[in-house]
Amino acid sequence: MGILVNKDTKVIVQGITGKQATFHTKQMLAYGTKIVGGVTPGKAGQTVEGVPVFNTVADAVKATGATASVIYVPARFAADSILEGVDAGLDLVVCITEHIPVEDMVKVRRYMEGKKTRLIGPNCPGILTTDEAKLGIIPGNIQKKGHVGLVSRSGTLTYEAAFQLMNAGIGITTAVGIGGDPVKGTDFIDALELFKNDSETKAVLMIGEIGGTAEEDAAKWIKENMPDKPVTAFIAGRQAPPGKRMGHAGAIISGGKGTAADKIKALNSVGIEVADTVAHIGETVVETLKKAGIYDACHTC
Amino acid sequence: MNIHEYQSKQVLKSYGVNVPNGKGGITTVDEAVAAAKELGSKVMVVKAQIHAGGRGKAGGVKLAKSIDEVKAYATELLGKTLVTHQTGPEGKKVGRLLIEEGSNIKKEYYLSFVIDRQTARVVMMGSEEGGMEIEKVAAEMPDKIFKEYIDPAIGLASFQATRMAYNMNFPQATIRKVTKLMGCLYNAFVGKDCSLAEINPLVVTEEDDVIALDAKLNFDDSALFRHPDIEELRDETEEDPKERWAAKAELNYVNLGGDVACMVNGAGLAMATVDIIKHYGGEPANFLDVGGDSSPEKIAEAFKIMLDGGQAKGIFVNIFGGINRCDLVAQGILEAAKIISEDGKSLPVPVVVRLEGTNVEQGRQILKDSPIENVIMAPTMQGGAEEIVKRVKAAEKA
Repeated sequence: MGILVNKDTKVIVQGITGKQATFHTKQMLAYGTKIVGGVTPGKAGQTVEGVPVFNTVADAVKATGATASVIYVPARFAADSILEGVDAGLDLVVCITEHIPVEDMVKVRRYMEGKKTRLIGPNCPGILTTDEAKLGIIPGNIQKKGHVGLVSRSGTLTYEAAFQLMNAGIGITTAVGIGGDPVKGTDFIDALELFKNDSETKAVLMIGEIGGTAEEDAAKWIKENMPDKPVTAFIAGRQAPPGKRMGHAGAIISGGKGTAADKIKALNSVGIEVADTVAHIGETVVETLKKAGIYDACHTC
Repeated sequence: MNIHEYQSKQVLKSYGVNVPNGKGGITTVDEAVAAAKELGSKVMVVKAQIHAGGRGKAGGVKLAKSIDEVKAYATELLGKTLVTHQTGPEGKKVGRLLIEEGSNIKKEYYLSFVIDRQTARVVMMGSEEGGMEIEKVAAEMPDKIFKEYIDPAIGLASFQATRMAYNMNFPQATIRKVTKLMGCLYNAFVGKDCSLAEINPLVVTEEDDVIALDAKLNFDDSALFRHPDIEELRDETEEDPKERWAAKAELNYVNLGGDVACMVNGAGLAMATVDIIKHYGGEPANFLDVGGDSSPEKIAEAFKIMLDGGQAKGIFVNIFGGINRCDLVAQGILEAAKIISEDGKSLPVPVVVRLEGTNVEQGRQILKDSPIENVIMAPTMQGGAEEIVKRVKAAEKA
């Protein structure tokens, strides 16, 4: 189980002939992901790592029956690649690309209204369902199978957290990096809803950061909708000064909104433990699981 | 990216927004006097140009009733350090002035456009409580703020602008002027890929003219590639010299002013590393995301930036090697240390390295065998953070 992708998901790689895409196509195949095709205009007929390349997403979908794509296309063209994936009727599009202009993403989100495609990202590490499939750049060797769902705005913190959980003997159903941009396809509440409906997932770890109010909104949603699955959290950026962009386009405190303190307060107020430091994520999850009486069930590795 | 008020007004004017007559980018008293003579109006405003709000309260905006007064104020303001609630205690030095015609203000309003994350739409915000900070209005009089969410396929619809103008209680005689200005401001916002377009105050004059008395535009860094004209407006003197240096080296760096530096792969982990340094009692010197696959030369440049001016008294390198193997990262760090080291044996400050992830044992061994003595292996992230803070505190005492 897990969410969004599994071992049977047929995936195409948009921009497959690029250096990063080719490297990660190899990694994704090695993990067992069913990569059935790639897209680079003008390169139809070639193969990359044994995968056939097509000129358009529509061609690739027609020939392979793919239902998902992962995008490694330069920022200037990536928004168009998302549109192409949505137009082709894919169920899932994962966009790794960083630095897509925000107003391009505003148009993408408008185009997606009323369409069935779910977008993960952009500016994200992708998604990995343990021992089944990975779309993106999450390393395959740092998470074991289990019952905790992981959702994060940050790539390296996703890895850091997965690794700490593995060392604590806690396995993961699916890790989703939703990305560090202000306008994106999937936010915390969307991912939490998927985890809520996944019978394998018994608890969730949520990693947020400064900027926006998605963590506050998620806290409210959890209290109202997911009382039976305990959530643990971590928030990066307690020391971030207002008005400064901390690496991610969306990691900025503006107009007094989006501080770590507000987010931690909102999470604590609905009973969610927030790890004191990044080094304490693993042990805070363990404490939460013990308190909920599901530690033994979640101690899978 | 931020630009000055006078530059924002030039951009807005090119989109048809009504701004006061004036001259910006003035760097000398002589230029100020010449500009005042050319304007020739009875009342002139001398405005300090810095990238921070709150200039009025800090004494950076002066009303002059004669050329002599313009001269006096220009002399006073140029080179003065203004401390506002947005500059921090060190303040910002005034290098440029804007001199413009005074207006007969009848009433002040607030108008802005930003991107709303939740709806993924551009939102227009307006209030008749102009001149004060919008955060304060939001906190004290939330019902005085109105919003219109804009469909990017349609643009700002005429009815939305009209509804906003009436909600903001503009006098009937000004409604058409106001809605036109809103349309122009929206066009500027999307045309130049702004992340913020704010007019505060937007004023109605005794003559029922509608004028953008102040203007603030911020731009989406990711979209600057398609706006070379905006990139040209960058004032490097307004930016932290180390941040500017880092940007040129393609490093993601923010100066935080303390003395415990850090170098990290990934923005989220970099923020969290700054936090953990503070958690264990250190004063973070910077945020620095060096990326996972950086060359030794790039890492060496990062070291130079952190050490420059004697700021860093210690450096915490916090790396999670996922797809980038720890042994390669360790080698990169050592090679960078060799570039920095003057004698090949030591660095000016201790460098505590925490490595975790793929091939971590080989990586740690490389660091243990390091020929550079003050590169220190940390067993864990927590241990590393505690170690660097301890060493910096010891150095401060010594």
